[in-house]
Amino acid sequence: MSVLIFLDQADGQIKKSAYELLSYGSSIAKQKGIAAEAVVLGNVSTDLAALGKYGVQKVYIVDGAGFQHVDAQVYAAAVSDVATQVGASIVVFSHNQTGKAVAPRVAARLKAGYVSGACALPDFSNGFVVKKTVFSGKAFANVQIHTPIVVIALNPNSYQIQEADGVAIVAPLSIAVAPASIQVTKVNKVSGEIPLAEADIVVSGGRGLKGPENWGIIEDLASSLHAATACSRPVADAHWRPHHEHVGQTGFQIAPNLYIAIGISGAIQHLAGVNRSKVIVVINKDPEAPFFKAADYGIVGDAFEIVPQLTAAIKKLG
Amino acid sequence: MKILVCISKTPDTTSKIAFKNGNTQFEDAGVQWIINPYDEWYALIRAIELKEKNPTATIHLISVGGADVDPILRKAFALGGDEGYRVDTDNSDSYYIASQIAAIATQNQYDLIFTGKETIDYNGSSIGGTLAELLNLPFISLATKFELEGQTATVTREIDGGEEVATVQLPLVVSCAKGVAEQRIPNMRGIMAARTKPLKVVAPVAVEALTSVVNYELRPTKTGVKMVAADNVAELVRLLHEEAKVI
Repeated sequence: MSVLIFLDQADGQIKKSAYELLSYGSSIAKQKGIAAEAVVLGNVSTDLAALGKYGVQKVYIVDGAGFQHVDAQVYAAAVSDVATQVGASIVVFSHNQTGKAVAPRVAARLKAGYVSGACALPDFSNGFVVKKTVFSGKAFANVQIHTPIVVIALNPNSYQIQEADGVAIVAPLSIAVAPASIQVTKVNKVSGEIPLAEADIVVSGGRGLKGPENWGIIEDLASSLHAATACSRPVADAHWRPHHEHVGQTGFQIAPNLYIAIGISGAIQHLAGVNRSKVIVVINKDPEAPFFKAADYGIVGDAFEIVPQLTAAIKKLG
Repeated sequence: MKILVCISKTPDTTSKIAFKNGNTQFEDAGVQWIINPYDEWYALIRAIELKEKNPTATIHLISVGGADVDPILRKAFALGGDEGYRVDTDNSDSYYIASQIAAIATQNQYDLIFTGKETIDYNGSSIGGTLAELLNLPFISLATKFELEGQTATVTREIDGGEEVATVQLPLVVSCAKGVAEQRIPNMRGIMAARTKPLKVVAPVAVEALTSVVNYELRPTKTGVKMVAADNVAELVRLLHEEAKVI
């Protein structure tokens, strides 16, 4: 019996969401009084023994060239085999791109009840109940899992990273790797930008900015905060900004610590993409903009005057 | 070529979210039901486009749910699709639902199975992956482009911080995100034809659900916005730094 934590990697580095997951998985292991162990597929340069700081006792590493790109079939077979070999009863993933591809397959292979989009530690007072976000962040469901083996996918940015002392044992594990069915021919990374999904702070612009030529103030503010930039749907649809910046019901759903909405009125579909943000700041010239009702802080005024002042004040903060 | 498109019924995106019966059920009074946008705009429309290029292709639609799903399947038929299945059950566990779809898929041996990337109500993003595993097929999640040349699919998919282009041989399961196709509006001919397209109602296969919803809770509403004067931006920075501690 153990918790098995799947550590997602990109370019040989463990992703930020994986650190949250280590803390989450280790906390579950503590709740249950069982071991917390992690698994990495493929080569990484991250110091795996040091991951003990996040509460994990052992990190299994499955080497192999087949893990360079995520082939859900290959990954799921490998993680399931590891889970079976080490006797894991709870397997946790991040509910990110990799998790969405791999976790449901692992659950089906292990015939495990699966809860994706989890946002809190399980409640064991009456069976095994996991809270997840539903209705695009507007509500939560408490889901009971009826199976002896459980797979959970945790929403990124929903569990605090916890650090303590500890060193993990790194154990290579050899398993048969399934042949890939997906041949990756090209990878386009958006370079120089902070990926929206991993950003702690997001600065977002809407139609109130009047045109793509005015995005300089958004980018300046974002760069002063090391933030990612985002936009509302009308902005993406008008091709003022690329589609991968569109946050909302049908775009990306994000959960940063701070979301700054500039010139966005706050339609219900937009809120559905950002309502998991911890703190929301709204800057809008219309005092009746519905977004103010969903915000923590607001300023009514002209974005073209306020945003540069805000950038300057943040730079002063150092 | 045979394509299966998985269709889900969801509340309209502007619906007020509330719960009833001790917060164990979604309050559906006054709610407009729609085809899950990802299933419609991306999965179904892309299937229709593939058929427009290759008229010998057939498109089947499938939904798992009660009789209240039939109008949603008819709406989908108005856009396109040749035949439909509704598996008659109310269960909502993803393994249960995927198992029902897998049973139909095993009978009909589809070349291509499309799902939306997630439903906008349960946000599970799990049917495609579960289905692919049950059918032992390759799975591409969060596709943003899908092209087909013979039996080879070229798919662009989201990865963290970018995108990846991959080729895969059919048969295949794909979950579709924004970019795969453009939204369409059904025309009158489609709406007329939708009424008479064959829709088979089938009994579920015996599978045990692995999870169940205990209850729901609404996200607590914000306690109230703190307004800062437009000429006092420094105060906002102070609040974010000292009070909210986010910068």
